[in-house]
Amino acid sequence: MIDVKHLSKSFGNNLVLDDISEHIHPGEKVVIIGPSGSGKSTFLRCLNLLETPTAGTITFEGAEITDPKCDIDKIRQHMGMVFQHFNLFPNMTIRKNITLAPVRTKLMGQAEADDTATALLRRVGLEEKADAYPAQLSGGQKQRIAIVRALARRPKVMLFDEPTSALDPEMVGEVLEVMKELAEEGMTMVVVTHEMGFAREVGSRVLFMDGGHILEQNEPHAFFANPKEQRTIEFLSKVL
Amino acid sequence: MNPTALYEAFMALEDPGFWQESYMQFYRAWFYEDRWMTYFKGLGTTLYVTVIALCIGVVLGVVVATICTAHDQQRPGRRNPVLGLINAVCRVYVTVIRGTPMMVQLMIMGFAIFASSREKTLVGALTLGINSGAYVAEIIRGGLMSLDIGQMEAGRSLGLSYLDTMRFIVVPQAFKAILPSLGNEFIVLLKDTSLISVVAGKEIIYFARAIVTDTYEPMAPYLITAAMYLVLVLIFSWLQGKLERRLRQSDRR
Repeated sequence: MIDVKHLSKSFGNNLVLDDISEHIHPGEKVVIIGPSGSGKSTFLRCLNLLETPTAGTITFEGAEITDPKCDIDKIRQHMGMVFQHFNLFPNMTIRKNITLAPVRTKLMGQAEADDTATALLRRVGLEEKADAYPAQLSGGQKQRIAIVRALARRPKVMLFDEPTSALDPEMVGEVLEVMKELAEEGMTMVVVTHEMGFAREVGSRVLFMDGGHILEQNEPHAFFANPKEQRTIEFLSKVL
Repeated sequence: MNPTALYEAFMALEDPGFWQESYMQFYRAWFYEDRWMTYFKGLGTTLYVTVIALCIGVVLGVVVATICTAHDQQRPGRRNPVLGLINAVCRVYVTVIRGTPMMVQLMIMGFAIFASSREKTLVGALTLGINSGAYVAEIIRGGLMSLDIGQMEAGRSLGLSYLDTMRFIVVPQAFKAILPSLGNEFIVLLKDTSLISVVAGKEIIYFARAIVTDTYEPMAPYLITAAMYLVLVLIFSWLQGKLERRLRQSDRR
């Protein structure tokens, strides 16, 4: 579904991603873990071109998105993204946050978008917040709205960039619950996270990144039970 | 009591006190020969010049800020050379305007470039507009830049185009953020209209000075001028406060 070939990214002289090749298959739940500065967020952000790769190609369903001639706005309609800091639009109501993109990109009419928003909000239990502004919500509620906003365009893949890292501990559960449901429905997901429990339970594959490389990857149970690389063992001993 | 009668009564005094003397000066600066009408004529010019300069300033400011921001936010490796050239022109404009005094700009425009023009008020308005545009551009650019980059990323990641993201997400928030500085710039502009009298723009201070030339009493005409500006600025600040309160709607918790 997403094919990454020889991807490199540097900020100035700082090489953040070093020649990464990886393939993400439909229906997979890929969980990326690793120490901070390892390049995992940058890798995720390259997938929908929020960061422009320095070298290498990324192909999404046959379309090479790293090609300058590619209409990235079209591609992004099929990729939902959830950010660490939610990034809801504070100047709009929740309903408008959700419906703006589908309506503006002519994916749906306003009425259809409103219905979609209502249905999605009901699913995450925030139906009564439709006319509230983001400033009136808690962190966990904001992140659930952000997921709903990304889902409103019925994307084929969802990218999560540390979705629970900015939340109070007691709100982490409600967000992970929504993500778990999404996974059970068969959504293709790429998740950068520090939630090892989530990685073990929901992930179909775990990638461990360090220093701009994917050092090790495996099916989650095997990955956590017997990591092979010294660096992975070190990291896991610190976080588990 | 009729002001003229009071004035004549004071004139008849042999040794008028401070307040009586002040009143007589005020009378000569305001009522005498219906001089108050010339202040309002000047006030009309002030408002006219402010509106014209404001329009020029806002249009120029928006255009320049848009070009500079669009230039700075281009994806690396996809830089547009034409945009780069226009951007350079905009940077020169902002640098020159901000780097030279308003009065000098007025004199260059009024006495050198448009030396033969008889519409000095219009020349003054044009100069003020061009001057204001540079400051407005920097205010807008600052507002656009101060917004969390995550807002732009969120908009783009949802498949919205750069322009749509700007229009629905970035600009409305930036506008709210820059409103106080923009209001401040407009107040400065309103007061700077008094400078166009150096190129013979017929504005409040121009008429006040004419009265001083007649009476040799500067206190009253200039105080009246000051009071008129103050009232204008107060009205404007009140309007600005109303607008800010309305825009703050989404901040309520």
